[in-house]
Amino acid sequence: MNLAYRDIRHHFGRFLLTCLGLSLLLGVVLSMIGIYRGLVADALTLVRSPAVDVWVVESGTRGPFAEASRIPGDTREAIARLHGVVAAGAVTYQSVETRHRGTKLRLQVVGYEPGRPGGPDRIVAGRPIVRSHYELIADRRAGLVPGDRLRLGRNLFTVVGLTENQVSSGGDPVVYITLPDSQELQFELAPAAARREVARGAGPASTDTVNAVILRVVPNMPPERVAAAVRRWRQLAAMTQSEQEEILTRSVVEKARRQIGLFTTLLLTVSAVIIALIIYTMTMDKLREIATLKLIGAPDRTIVGLILQQALAMGVIGFGFGALLITAVKDHFPRRVLLQPEDGLALGMAVILVCVLASGLGVRLALRVDPAAALRG
Amino acid sequence: MEATAPRRPLVRLENVSKHFGEGEARVDALRGVGLAVHPGEVVGLLGPSGSGKTTLLNVIGCILEPSGGRITLDGETVYDGRWLRADLRRLRLEKIGFIFQFHNLLPFLDSTDNVAVVLDLAGFGAGEARRRAVELLEYLEVGHRRYAFPASLSGGEAQRVAIARALANRPRIILADEPTAALDSARAAVVMDLLRRLAAEQQTAILAVTHDEKIYDRFDRIFHLRDGLLEQEQVMTHPRRKP
Repeated sequence: MNLAYRDIRHHFGRFLLTCLGLSLLLGVVLSMIGIYRGLVADALTLVRSPAVDVWVVESGTRGPFAEASRIPGDTREAIARLHGVVAAGAVTYQSVETRHRGTKLRLQVVGYEPGRPGGPDRIVAGRPIVRSHYELIADRRAGLVPGDRLRLGRNLFTVVGLTENQVSSGGDPVVYITLPDSQELQFELAPAAARREVARGAGPASTDTVNAVILRVVPNMPPERVAAAVRRWRQLAAMTQSEQEEILTRSVVEKARRQIGLFTTLLLTVSAVIIALIIYTMTMDKLREIATLKLIGAPDRTIVGLILQQALAMGVIGFGFGALLITAVKDHFPRRVLLQPEDGLALGMAVILVCVLASGLGVRLALRVDPAAALRG
Repeated sequence: MEATAPRRPLVRLENVSKHFGEGEARVDALRGVGLAVHPGEVVGLLGPSGSGKTTLLNVIGCILEPSGGRITLDGETVYDGRWLRADLRRLRLEKIGFIFQFHNLLPFLDSTDNVAVVLDLAGFGAGEARRRAVELLEYLEVGHRRYAFPASLSGGEAQRVAIARALANRPRIILADEPTAALDSARAAVVMDLLRRLAAEQQTAILAVTHDEKIYDRFDRIFHLRDGLLEQEQVMTHPRRKP
């Protein structure tokens, strides 16, 4: 006779409410893990999107994501001639804030040379950029649709295509424009400032500057070898794709990652304490029944089974509800919540472990119950 | 002429003592108690509060370890200066049935399962346990309440289910702690008659602690406990003594 099941069935409403409460808590834990995964995935999206092997940036910097990097625009032509380089593209990255249909819009603008590495990897609606000026491809999260017009700097751009899941490490949607447009946006001075520069004898500033040059190398050629060749130019620094990803995850999103990790740990600890308290209270409510069971001859394993099975049932049901809940609402979060099966499995195992450990308090209490307590009034 | 073999007592206590604390704080709850209860006997245990009645019941029920003496249950010496069996819960399951003042039914089990749980613990299969539980409930005239949970049972019905549970594993000894305290006079009489009938039919030894004067005439013998001493044995001569 399964006493745990009978007890749950008899107090089903109370048990279900407890499970629902726990599921909300575990849902929050799962969402925190998903937010963390989403943060890392978002940060890596931009760096993985061009599918390149080597990043060339300004010497002494770890740009273009961790630090500012400026190199001459013609660097690409020189590097493209290196042995082992299949394709090279010059790119710029900058954050801009604009307005669209009366609402503020923060965007990560990527300037690239159509036909060369650096552009969007997949267009889900519309078409690629075919004109050299004032066309734009935006991520769906920007809320733009093909045909929309958007002002960036002093120019008006037309949305011609859409991408999906292209965001910066800060969660801003990415838009792609041509390199000349992005150079104008990033480096060209406003007319009044340009006139002042001319008046002080500085001459017109050159806008032929890029933030990085990205390279694809021939198959079977180690990217490290090309990076080493680039580093011979003292004005340049080079890093492989894996080094660039390492910089992003270890430097750019490190604090956010640690913050979320700490918060997740705290939530897990709070969950463990709450599970322990619930199980302890459930055991406290049953002390007389436990004493009676002991008195009529129930062995300890029956008592332990009663408590442990209820704790596990509560944990499993609570986790299941929590996972369902977060799966249902994850797309409504402002930032990407990336739920991975292995994370769910790990949390599920952690919940089971917490339930077993937390039930220890209840089991300890139950095993200390004096059977004679059943005889007291 | 054929000699009649002397009946072996199911409960035998020899010079059993129990004290709590030491030195000036020492309290002697039982002092040299000797007692024998035979099969088919219904024995009452009376005494004022604090006289040691519950302690004696706990000692016989192998819940509380005595400080000295010897206890023999159903022919097996279970205590002789120390417990002679490690598994006292199994001993209780096999030999002793308990009836409580407040029935102590498990609130999350229906009447049938409250009885069947003992059989389940004793190793009976689920079907057999429920079948025997229903038989017992029918025997105690509460079969019609087999699916009812304790909260919906009347005091008398709950006590009958509790008696069915105490009898489920066919124990040789039944220990009852104020079995009629929560019942009115009429129901108390019915329950005591039931216990007498069980003792006679199943040759069970029943030892009941009570304060209820109205049921004194249902006992075969009555013992008085005062300050831990079993002072007096009163053999009842009421015509109902032998049902």
